[in-house]
Amino acid sequence: MSTSSGSTRTSPHSQIPKNFAIILLIGLVLLGLCVVASLVFGPRLVKVPELIDGLFHPDVDSYGANVVRKRISRTVFGLFCGAALGVSGALMQSVTRNPIADPSILGVNTGAALFVVCGIAFLNINTASEYIWLALAGAAITAIFVFGIGSMGRGGATPIKLVLAGAAISAALSSLVSAVMIPRAYVMDQFRFWQVGSIGSGSWSAIATFTPFLIVGVVIAFLTAPALNALALGDDVATGLGVRTGVLRLIAALAGVLLCGTATALAGPIGFVGLLATHLMRLVLGPDLRFVIPMSALSGAVILISSDVVGRLIASPGELEVGVVTAFVGAPLLIILAMRSKVRSL
Amino acid sequence: MTTHSIAYIAAGRRQRQRRWMLVTCLLTVLALILCCAMLLLGNTIYPVRDILRALSGEELKGVSFAVNTVRLPRMLAGLFAGFAFGLAGNTFQTMLRNPLANPNVIGITSGSSVAAVLCITVFHSSRATISAASVAAGLATVLVIYVLSRGRAFSIGRLILIGIGIQAMLDALISYLLLVGAQQDIPAAIRWLTGSLNGIQLYELPPLIITVLIFTPVVALLGKHLSLLELGEQAATSLGIHTDRTRIALIVSSVCMIAIATATTGPIAFTSFLSGPIAKRLVGVGFSNVIPAGLVGVNLVLAADLVGQFAFQYRFPVGIMTGILGAPYLIFLLIRMNRKGVL
Repeated sequence: MSTSSGSTRTSPHSQIPKNFAIILLIGLVLLGLCVVASLVFGPRLVKVPELIDGLFHPDVDSYGANVVRKRISRTVFGLFCGAALGVSGALMQSVTRNPIADPSILGVNTGAALFVVCGIAFLNINTASEYIWLALAGAAITAIFVFGIGSMGRGGATPIKLVLAGAAISAALSSLVSAVMIPRAYVMDQFRFWQVGSIGSGSWSAIATFTPFLIVGVVIAFLTAPALNALALGDDVATGLGVRTGVLRLIAALAGVLLCGTATALAGPIGFVGLLATHLMRLVLGPDLRFVIPMSALSGAVILISSDVVGRLIASPGELEVGVVTAFVGAPLLIILAMRSKVRSL
Repeated sequence: MTTHSIAYIAAGRRQRQRRWMLVTCLLTVLALILCCAMLLLGNTIYPVRDILRALSGEELKGVSFAVNTVRLPRMLAGLFAGFAFGLAGNTFQTMLRNPLANPNVIGITSGSSVAAVLCITVFHSSRATISAASVAAGLATVLVIYVLSRGRAFSIGRLILIGIGIQAMLDALISYLLLVGAQQDIPAAIRWLTGSLNGIQLYELPPLIITVLIFTPVVALLGKHLSLLELGEQAATSLGIHTDRTRIALIVSSVCMIAIATATTGPIAFTSFLSGPIAKRLVGVGFSNVIPAGLVGVNLVLAADLVGQFAFQYRFPVGIMTGILGAPYLIFLLIRMNRKGVL
């Protein structure tokens, strides 16, 4: 291997992917459009003056302005969830070096769900700030378990093994969730709102709870991105480049679980956002995680909010939970990935 | 080695045949006992004589309602749906030579569920339409999965991955339909997501019973070909099997059974997955385990339903019991397959 200093650490500016500025611009414009759509559409269509009142004139007290204010918290919450899930997907895919890793596919969401249900049923827990810790514990334990089973045997964690382990464990855990839930009407009542995976409940207090976790997770993701780039070359090369692969994997995986566990705790299980966001960005930006991770946050937010708006539009005057929409949009990607992959790498 | 001649082989074959007969008889007896238990047990335990009189058509206050409207349909639904799930699941697993490739994992039951939910909650269709639609949807799901997974080279791994993707979409669709149909009450949701025998009426059963009676002989007759297909495409062809024709006949029969059973009871979790491997354990290799797999399915569903009804303070639907039972086995199987490096 060449040891000239330039080959291992070139200055970041020389490697900015082509079209990065354009893609960033498009992403931001899309995000803006989605945010406006999320404020405007719903059971009651808001008119432009009302939108402006709601956003910029806190003293105006019209019905439309109040609707907009109510939707602001929902939209911000959606932004946070989407960003968290996007970054979490990127982290998990690079830690496992597996294109199909996504919190929902790895069964992490169901693990979080089981812990939350048990908390509601047995420990009388009913505030979001307490859910979070349970959901995080459930998410972390499930992730370790699934990855442990999926990486046994020859070839390590291949996509098919991981997906099957995730599907099996999800099935097991969701039976347990139902078994805990069905005899307890009050748990069911509380849990049903949570289980559907919706950002409709996004309140300012939920956002406040979310913020520290989001910041910690995203900062870790940004800091580990260069080392994760090295990991993508393989464990041997990464070690040769001075990366402590075990520690790196642990930290990055913890950050991934932190992000998706928090999002799951507060919004309920929302699948496939991480998978979609990261793959889209890989497709247009290439493999460099220093760019893919931040842009995955952006695209995750766009995907989540646009799915939420779509869910509100097609089931109007009710609403379709965002988790259902993202599954319907995201699952085809899984199918396409499976179709394109080579037989050997499955 | 010459002493191990025809006589030796014939003796082995006889032994395996005896084992097959023994296992089948035992499974049948067990299933009959469970059927009786389904009729006998309940909130009130009636004398056997009263139950028999009620079954033969006499009007007895209380007994007739409990037995004829509640317990009998429940027992029959469990019996026939369990048989259908077990038999069809085994067919898929054997044909694709992978225990994970069963209708529950690769989304066929979800396809039928979508059609059934659509017909029931949105269109309020007749029983016949529901049955036809769920069969059509099941076949369409198989076709889509097959076409998508063909690719450059067929691989079971790819088929399973694609099936899981399809299943995620179909499950999302079911959630949507349960929402739109304004029937998002909990019994309906549980029935269509995990499977349940609660509240099944006698008039819902004829399609299921007829389908099972028609297609069981078909699959059983093709059972010998099925065990040859297990040897692989080339071996089967050189032994004189029309592999394509056999496969299509088997797929259509299995999907019909699965679809109608799903339309009646919902996709009872893991039954189609568990029955085949258990039957294979019991019967051993060499003999077709089509019928034993069906019987294992019956026993699983009936036993799980009894446990769910009576073992706890609260009554759990059958799908949750089979789910809790089946998932650890699935994990165990995955671990073993990973160790062996089959996947």
